[in-house]
Amino acid sequence: MTRLYTHRLLPILLLIALTVWIDLPHPKPVRIGNVERSIDVVRGLDLQGGLQVLMEADLPPGSIVRAEDLQTARNVIENRVNGLGVSEPVVLVAGNNRILVELPGIGDTEQAVATIRQTALLEFVELQRGDLSLVGIPGAIRTDFGLVATENASVAETPTTTSAPASTPTGEAAATGSTPESAESTEQPSGVFTADQIFHTVMTGADLADALVDQDQVGNLGVSFTLTERGAQVFGDYTSAHVGELLGIVLDGTLISAPVINSPITTGNGIITGQFTPEEANSLAVQLRFGRLPVPLRIVESKTVGPTLGEDSLRKSALAGVIGLAVVTTFMGLYYRLPGLIADAALLVYALLTFAIFKLIPVTLTLPGIAGFVLSIGVAVDANVLIFERMKEELRSGRTVEHAIELGFSRAWPSIRDSNLSTLITCAILYWFGSAFGASLVKGFSLTLALGVMASLFTAITVTRTFLHVVLDNLRQAARPGWFGI
Amino acid sequence: MLNIVGKRYWFFGLSLLLIVPGIAALAIWGLPLAIDFTGGSLLEVRFEGAQAPAPAQVVDLYMELGYGEPLVQSAAQAEIIARSRTLDESERAELVREMQSRFGGTVTVLRFESVGPAVGAEVTRRAAGAVGLAALGILAYITYAFRSVPGAYRYGLAAIVAMLHDVAVVLGVAAILGHFFGWEVDALFLTALLTIIGFSVHDTIVVFDRIRENQRLHRRLQYELLVNHSIVQTLDRSINTQLTVMLTLLALLLFGGVTTRRFVTILLIGILSGTYSSIFNAAQLLVVWHNREWRHWFGRRA
Repeated sequence: MTRLYTHRLLPILLLIALTVWIDLPHPKPVRIGNVERSIDVVRGLDLQGGLQVLMEADLPPGSIVRAEDLQTARNVIENRVNGLGVSEPVVLVAGNNRILVELPGIGDTEQAVATIRQTALLEFVELQRGDLSLVGIPGAIRTDFGLVATENASVAETPTTTSAPASTPTGEAAATGSTPESAESTEQPSGVFTADQIFHTVMTGADLADALVDQDQVGNLGVSFTLTERGAQVFGDYTSAHVGELLGIVLDGTLISAPVINSPITTGNGIITGQFTPEEANSLAVQLRFGRLPVPLRIVESKTVGPTLGEDSLRKSALAGVIGLAVVTTFMGLYYRLPGLIADAALLVYALLTFAIFKLIPVTLTLPGIAGFVLSIGVAVDANVLIFERMKEELRSGRTVEHAIELGFSRAWPSIRDSNLSTLITCAILYWFGSAFGASLVKGFSLTLALGVMASLFTAITVTRTFLHVVLDNLRQAARPGWFGI
Repeated sequence: MLNIVGKRYWFFGLSLLLIVPGIAALAIWGLPLAIDFTGGSLLEVRFEGAQAPAPAQVVDLYMELGYGEPLVQSAAQAEIIARSRTLDESERAELVREMQSRFGGTVTVLRFESVGPAVGAEVTRRAAGAVGLAALGILAYITYAFRSVPGAYRYGLAAIVAMLHDVAVVLGVAAILGHFFGWEVDALFLTALLTIIGFSVHDTIVVFDRIRENQRLHRRLQYELLVNHSIVQTLDRSINTQLTVMLTLLALLLFGGVTTRRFVTILLIGILSGTYSSIFNAAQLLVVWHNREWRHWFGRRA
């Protein structure tokens, strides 16, 4: 029996070593094989200050919002938010008609809200070869579209040199896709351009009728598009005059693709080809189709937390957690003596394990989340208390220590299981409640409590049990009743 | 042995003594619902390098800007909390600019929350739904877990009644604290309430589980004695677990930040009530049901 438990000790020690390593601060992302991940605590909005905005589809009552449209709207908003330069923005679909935006540490909330609410702008702009390095940089492209007073101005300014209609039904624009070819991309850093270079807008998304993922004659993936009548006119004129040049596709100031104009496109139908993966092609098609939000959104809730309030709470809650843990371990040691000390060791493993899980998932740590964690320490202690009380009963009735440990576990287990399952049921319901509103506080609390409960079940049946057997099996209880607090 | 079950009507009486004032407070003053449920805006600002304006001055400012009449509170360190109708971000900015120019100093926004009325109403509906669903889920689970015991659903119902006891205590306390100290029932409060429900049932199940086990071991024992025996056997555990949870919560209360203070206080009260109801009420209800004691509550004693 004892040998068996000594064997079990090894995996537990390995687990402890692993959790300690995860729990240590990792300022840089950790690389294992090809996977690179940041192992760091993600702090919630209430702990570092910032802005939270909840938006709702603004449609007539009774109409149904398509999940696909909501997802697209989320992507568009994320694109805009990325331009704000916030370190870790969160944009989530919440429930079936809402989108939650969280911007930690943002200073100018008025500007941020304005950015989120604006209507997205899709533009086709004139590009030079060297501009390829701008692909994907948020807000790198400033165009003359916004500078001209009327919307039609850009149309009026398009080159008037018309060429004969092309013979092919669909013009082709074989392109570089979203990855710039490197020939001239070693130019000066992009930030330098943006300040002074203004690009010319050929046409806006308003003239685009549709865009779909498609294949060209040789089977390469691409995105085919259809223009409105006016768009076909403008586009035909422009492409005829600029064959061999680049055409920039710009969404909210970000260059998302830069195909080469292979031949004039005068029929209003074209295809953009390149080395696309299916995801890239789909994403480009979606962005072309929904340059503006597919569903109108309005802000229904917004919360701002000042940074000072958050910083203060974090320090204090962490301190409270440490004090709480210290008081509980002291109590356990005083009341349950030797088994209590063993439980303290198991409790420490529990705390290490839970924190490691938080970092791995990663769980966004909010104040209620910390409270949930501290409460779960109470739950973890309860499992040990239940076991020890049963153990003491068995010892009093004269059983050997080894036997008493096993009986203590098997008798206490139904209580532990049933009581914790009911807590998990409550957590699940809370999580559901929180998700529908993007109420990240409620969600954070239920998630940390549930994870804590599960980790406590695990440590109680593996760690505590093994430790107890390894330390106590060879002791004769009758000789030292004081060690067991009997 | 301690006779906890025999004195059950005394303990029921004590529970009523705790619940009735709270229910009365609820009936008279109602629940102090926060903007999370009612909709509206809350603006908390600090004035640095100047004295905070009097609440009446802030009310005037809101009225002049056409933002309706707010409820304004002064807080520590030259801070002001104003609750008003739902404002948007540009209205908030306007307000802060006006405060700065009118009352002087630097105005720092500590907190700005704005909830549309429709969202508030839906949150309320969902919250009620969440509590109801939690109760049903727990009832179903207990009935399943105790399926080997005759009348398993009684255990579920008794646990739910004990849980409602704790909900009543906490809501009553919230109404009283809301009236006298301006406490609010917000999303965090709801979180606390649902945790209390979880823990209350957790505690109750431990006692019920012992009854279930003892029923197998002592088939001849009278039910009332069996229940009392089970409660006494789990008493050490109930008190010790209660103590450790109280200790961690006390640590949070004394050393934690201001933001969680009310949350933790509500939890403390609720979990204390939960332990009380699981030791002194829940299992006793089973005995009352077993003996069908309600036949003797009114009229002649048989």
